[in-house]
Formats: sequence, structure tokens, C-alpha cells
Amino acid sequence: MIQVNQLTKQFGSSVVVNGLSFDVGAGAVLGFLGPNGAGKSTTMKMLTGFLLPSSGTAKINGHDIQSERQAAQAEIGYLPEGAPCYEEMTVYDFLRFISEIRGFRGREIARSIDRVLERVSLHSVLNQRIETLSKGFKRRVGLAQALIHDPRVLILDEPTDGLDPNQKHQVREMIRSLSDEKIVIISTHILEEVSAVCSRAMIINKGEIVMDNSPEALAELAPEHESISLKVADLGPQELADALSQLPETDRVTLDQGGGVTVFPKIIGSPLLGAVQALLAAKHWRVDSMIQHRGQLDAVFRAATEGGAR
Amino acid sequence: MSHLAVIFRREFASYFVTPVAYVFILVFLVLSSAFTFYLGQFYERGQADLQPFFNFHPWLYLFLVPAVSMRLWSEERKSGSIELLLTLPITLWEAILGKFLAAWAFAGLALIGTFPIWMTVAFLGEPDHGAIMGSYVGSWLMAGAFLAIGCCMSALTKSQIIAFILSGTACLMFVLAGFPLVLNFFEGWVPVMILDLIAGLSVITHFTSISKGVVALTDLIYFVSMILLWLFFTRLMLIMKSAD
Repeated sequence: MIQVNQLTKQFGSSVVVNGLSFDVGAGAVLGFLGPNGAGKSTTMKMLTGFLLPSSGTAKINGHDIQSERQAAQAEIGYLPEGAPCYEEMTVYDFLRFISEIRGFRGREIARSIDRVLERVSLHSVLNQRIETLSKGFKRRVGLAQALIHDPRVLILDEPTDGLDPNQKHQVREMIRSLSDEKIVIISTHILEEVSAVCSRAMIINKGEIVMDNSPEALAELAPEHESISLKVADLGPQELADALSQLPETDRVTLDQGGGVTVFPKIIGSPLLGAVQALLAAKHWRVDSMIQHRGQLDAVFRAATEGGAR
Repeated sequence: MSHLAVIFRREFASYFVTPVAYVFILVFLVLSSAFTFYLGQFYERGQADLQPFFNFHPWLYLFLVPAVSMRLWSEERKSGSIELLLTLPITLWEAILGKFLAAWAFAGLALIGTFPIWMTVAFLGEPDHGAIMGSYVGSWLMAGAFLAIGCCMSALTKSQIIAFILSGTACLMFVLAGFPLVLNFFEGWVPVMILDLIAGLSVITHFTSISKGVVALTDLIYFVSMILLWLFFTRLMLIMKSAD
């Protein structure tokens, strides 16, 4: 359980994180979404005890990050932005170092390393110096050190940044496969990632939470959610638009490029689709194409972080 | 194994994975011998002691020690690994001391590498072994003080070059504090007590008195408090500048 209360960070006169409050329970994969400079990384740095908050508190499984810093840090596995590590070390030496610092002794060290190697598949480069590895492998080393003590809380700052699509997929699979008892917080500005792995998304802008819900619920806020695009063979778009505008469920109709129209519902979950189908059937119009849209997060994201949400 | 020991071991080993350690030890040995035999006129003096050898140590350390200490924190800052290190469940003191002690042990190793010169002088004459031992201890303590200064300067910046220049300059201040160059500047317009204090801050003064074979408590206290004070400043810098 992570409890964050009025967490604030100021650098000089600029407030980077402004009174953040939220709780995260076990089993959640929380995604911090926000434009660059929104305060995502700063928040993570405070949660992991790297930065002291200007005010406010954060507790990791009951341990206050300021007054019981070490106990809180022992609960956390952290992948800092860019996955920094000691590049002159070999993968094995580096993981051994982390394992020893994390308190493993004797045979436990080898066991902890083996367990984590299995998970991130690093066997092939175990005795290579980290500086000689590709970006994807380096990121896996970063994940391995974060996972080595099987932490109950994982904080990953942009875990897939700079990876190719296959590597992204692997990292996401890994995050998904983490056990249900863990809390995972990831930050990202890749919206598809949130839909792919997160059970909860928090959009942060200018240091404040602007939206906090499941990715599906957030997507429903997109203006295009449940809108219907259709094209009819028998009549032109303008006539079709006029006819659709008459339906009581219709909010507005727009003309598309390519001779189709898009009709937007007045309220989410309204029977607009049924009404449109009934209209088409009654007029015996032949449908060329018809699609009902699902909301996309990026529209919501832009609206929330540039101002002017629906 | 304690956190301190784990950090110490990693840091100490890190000197030897790159050529840094070998280059440093080689340069230290070559320069210290060259100074001793050419500038110090080791043979011509006809005395069985190591004064000409140790006299050059403060000057050698002026640029060699900052070369060791410059990477201690600058490199961590630059690569971002400082964020990894300081979010591990360790205290800041464990990190600072682990790094410092590793660097100090490394300097000690370089110093031990000069033992042939002790054997040479023992072979040629009847040197005062107590004085030589004292000089070695003094030299190592001086290296420790310089390393602590360098540690603090390294915590200030991402750039190893800047850390190097700052450390060298700060160390130079502490070397020159006992010299007429500095003392003459203050003489006449500051109270004698302050003048003595400035002279008392000089690394040379304390190193010279230890070199005579008398390890006085005041000299020990001087070096130990220099080390602790600068490590304390290091901690302060790390806390103040952790955001950068």
C-alpha cells in the first residue's frame, strides 16, 4: 500500500509537484501519464527517497519515506529514468553488488541472481561488461536490479523508453506477469502502454493530478467515443447528415473526407447505434460502411494537458 | 557483510577494471622516483634518509590525488547512477565512507608500491626507520585529507574536469597556507593569533612534523578532522544538490 498525502516539491520558486494525494493498493499497475516536465519523475524520486519533499508525506507499506527511509527503500525496486548503472561492471558483478546491498548472504545471493535472470533473460550476457550491451539489454539489467529482492513495490521510470517494438512488448509482458500482490508504478508518455499494462491511469500536468481512473474509463471521455462513421450508397453526405441530425439521440453530425459522415451521441451509452440502424432500415438505404468508434486516450490526454477538456 | 564493506569493495574493484589504477600507480612511482633522484639529489646528499622522497609528496598529490577523487561523485551524477545508489536501502554516510575509504586504500596501495626506495636506503646506510615509517603514515594521512577535499568537490559537479580543478586549487590553498607567499600577505594587518591559525592549517606544517618521526597527537587530530570535516561537507553538498 502506498499512501501519498499532499506531496509537494519546489525548486526555488517553481512548484514541480503540487499537493499530490493518492493511495495505491496491492495488485494495481498505476501509470503516471503526462507531458515532459509534468512532475512524473520528480514524484517518483520522492517516493523512492532520492529527493526530499518540500512538504507532504509518502508512506510505502506503512513506512514513511522520510522518517523511515531505509525501511521504505527496502520495500521498493526502482528503475530510474534511463536505467543508469555501473557500466564498467559485468552484469553478474553488478547484480551481485545489488544483491549484497539488498541484504542477501551466501547462497541466497546466487539464488536471487538466478531467479531474476530467469525473469528478464540475461543469461547470454552474464559475464559481459554492461557498457558493451545494447540498449535493450541495458534496460533489462536495470529491471533485473529492481527485481532482485522480489520487492512488493516496483517503481519504473519510463521502462520502455528508447526500446524497439519487440523489446517494448517484452518489457510490457514482464510487467503484466508480475504477481498480483505487487504494486507497480510506471511513468510513460506512450499512451498505448497505459492501455496495454495499467489498471489505473493518472494524468499529471504541471505537478497536479488532472485525471485518475482506469484507462478504459478515461478513454470514454474522448469526444469520439461511441461516435459512428457511416457511408450510404443511395444518397450524398449532406442529405444523410440532415437525416441523422433529426434523431433525438444525435448531438451533432460532421462530414468526413471521402463522402461519409460521423454522428456523435448526446450521452455516452445512449442507443444511438440502434436508432441509426432503425433509420437505415426504414429508409431502405444500403450501407457501404459503418464503424462505431472507441475513445482513444491520446485525445483525452491532449485535452487534459493542453486545456479545454470536453 | 555490512553496506559499507559492500560499497567499499565495489568502489575499490572499480579502479582496476579500467586502466586508471595502473596508469595512476605507474605515474606515481615514476614521478616520485624521478623527483627523488634528480631534483632531490638523493645520492649527492650522502644522507641515509628519505627526506628528498617525501618532500615532493605534497606537490605530487596536488594533481595526482584530485585525479583519483574527481570521479567519486561526478561520474555518478553524470551517468545518473547516483539515483540508483542513493535509493538503495543504505545511509548517505555508508555511501560517502565506502567511496572515500576505497579511494584512500587505493592511495595507500600506490604508496606501498614505493617500498623499493625504503629498501634502497636501508641497503645503502643506517636510516631512522621510525622516521620513515612516520613519513609514510603522514603521507597517507595527507593523501586522505586531499581525497576528502576532492570528494567534496566531486560532489559539487557533474564534470570531472571541474572537480579536478576545484580539488587541485583547494588542496593548493592548504599546502600554501604555511608558506611566506600566503603568510606575508596576511602579516601586519591580522592578529598574530589568526596568522598562527592560518599557518596551522597548512598541510605541510603537519606533514613535516610527522615526517620527523614524531607522530604528535595534534598532527593526527589535524588530519583526522580535515578528513571528517570535508566528508561532512560532502554529505551537505549531496543533500543540497541531489536535485540536479
